[in-house]
Amino acid sequence: MSKNDILIKVNQLYKIFGDNSNEALNLVKGGMGKDELLEKCNCVLGLNKINLDIRKAKIQVVMGLSGSGKSTLIRHLNRLIEPTSGEILVNDQDILSLSQKELIQFRQNNMSMVFQKFALFPHKTVLQNVGYGLAIQNIPMSEWNERAKKWINRVGLDGYETYYPGQLSGGMQQRVGLARALATDAEILLMDEAFSALDPLIRSEMQNILLDLQNELHKTIIFITHDLDEALKIGDRIAILRDGTMVQDSDPQKIIMQPADDYVSDFIKDINRARVIQAKSIMTPTNSKSTGPVVQENMVLEDILQIMSESPSKPVTIEDTKGKITGKIEMANLIEGMKRPKSQGTNITG
Amino acid sequence: MDWFFNFPSMERNDLREFKKSVDFTFTDFTRSYGADIEGFFEPLLMFLVWFEKFFINTPWPLIILMILVFAWFGSRSISVLVGTLISFLTIGYFGMWEDTMSTLAIILVATFLCISIGIPMGIAMARSNKIQALVVPILDIMQTIPSFVYLIPVVMLLGIGKVPGLIAVCIYAIPPIVRLTNLGIRLVDKDVLEASDSFGANYWQKLFGVQMPLALPTIFAGVNQTIMMALAMVVIASMIGVKGLGLPVLRAISNQYLALGLMNGLAIVVLAIIFDRVTQKFGLRMQKYRNDGKD
Repeated sequence: MSKNDILIKVNQLYKIFGDNSNEALNLVKGGMGKDELLEKCNCVLGLNKINLDIRKAKIQVVMGLSGSGKSTLIRHLNRLIEPTSGEILVNDQDILSLSQKELIQFRQNNMSMVFQKFALFPHKTVLQNVGYGLAIQNIPMSEWNERAKKWINRVGLDGYETYYPGQLSGGMQQRVGLARALATDAEILLMDEAFSALDPLIRSEMQNILLDLQNELHKTIIFITHDLDEALKIGDRIAILRDGTMVQDSDPQKIIMQPADDYVSDFIKDINRARVIQAKSIMTPTNSKSTGPVVQENMVLEDILQIMSESPSKPVTIEDTKGKITGKIEMANLIEGMKRPKSQGTNITG
Repeated sequence: MDWFFNFPSMERNDLREFKKSVDFTFTDFTRSYGADIEGFFEPLLMFLVWFEKFFINTPWPLIILMILVFAWFGSRSISVLVGTLISFLTIGYFGMWEDTMSTLAIILVATFLCISIGIPMGIAMARSNKIQALVVPILDIMQTIPSFVYLIPVVMLLGIGKVPGLIAVCIYAIPPIVRLTNLGIRLVDKDVLEASDSFGANYWQKLFGVQMPLALPTIFAGVNQTIMMALAMVVIASMIGVKGLGLPVLRAISNQYLALGLMNGLAIVVLAIIFDRVTQKFGLRMQKYRNDGKD
């Protein structure tokens, strides 16, 4: 990973809500925890020494339970919330040093946001909603109309241009929210629990729309969620927050294979391991061909099991996307990989 | 124990001196600045006079037609339209046309004045908690102080006439529009404002693109209340020289003319109902997007 891959760099970020936040900051830096701080200073610790590197053109998921500070973190990136202390670099520019005018410019051109409760403008039509980010840049109406229409079409809402948000279903409203965020052509997309308010089927549909779009657009996306399945489905990297502190920030496979602490293992204990763990995470590295069939290294265990069941004794050969052999998997590896780590209970589920 | 049963009040002489000095100060103020202040309000007077003349001199069928167009534009309702037509025909038939036109003129000018002062004031209040803390008590005073009390300084300053009447009406009628503008803007969904912020909207773009449109139904309820309160002041305003439906009512009170009082009083009520229905229907139409096909 070269330095140029990193688009957003968050350094030593602290956020403390309440009066006397400077005094509280010193206490927190001295190691005081969230509960003690609330008791002593009547301040709420929002973010505690967050360091995060966000890679260009990737989807960075930030995960945590409610109250863990993930929505607070994402709002720091476009300064909807001002930090108590710390540094946020976007393209090597410190966004905390921006004046109000520069900040407005920055928000118009560099970042756009999708919200959990959609936050559409109820008095504007779908077309006006999608074109909002462009209209406030004083782009001529004919131009923003055209660009907005393109994005409405892209999210599959053709024919709904003149509808008001109140006339659309939740899923459709969030498509409008997505189109509105994409319409400004900003490089960075902030998504604050964007799909959490949708029912499972629609949510999965929206995730697919997002992944499709990402394949084409290569945005840098910061995606907040509390749903691990969602995080694993769309995340290129996953950061886990707890009580305002970063617990783990790594490759999704690593989160499952090597959870940093009990909190993370708790998080991952209910997932279907066979469906998310990929071959490369459990293979034995080797560069010689094995007796069994050849599979890609990002194939999930469930699919490998299907292939291996035909001739269980032959280990499969693993190759990377370029066709180079990188390892092998035997049946025993497969069983070991699907098993939950020992410390997390031994109940066998159906 | 005398102080226990009789309130220890100021000496009678001191009290009289105190009142006198307040009176003299204000009289001095009136003498030195009265003419300037009157000059300041001169354009307003011209506007009001022109408006009144326009209403009285235009042939009545044209006026009724105009009112019907206004009612239709506001309410889009046949029943309101028919009601308006019958009411104005009846008012005219009972010989109250000219007074009604005068009242209409002062109400419209007062409403216009209240809106053009009240809405910016409400916006300022919504923007700053300090301004809100300052203005709210003033509004409370304006709404609760007996109107006769502020008639005194107004008349001392400007004498008897249309302008002091107009000012008295405005003092009484402006609080609802200020309050409801403030409230309407403050009630706008924070999520929506955050969205607007995240796309880089500046203060004015947020105000006119998001806050005002979403607050409009509430603001309109304020306009409606302002009109109603202005109408309620018509009789009191007539005491300081405003022509219109209030004057006959005043005459009826002092001479115990039941029919005269009742007729003119009812004409005021009819005006109030028409204004109310039209503006309310208009306000409802403005928020139609809110309840359309939500699941």
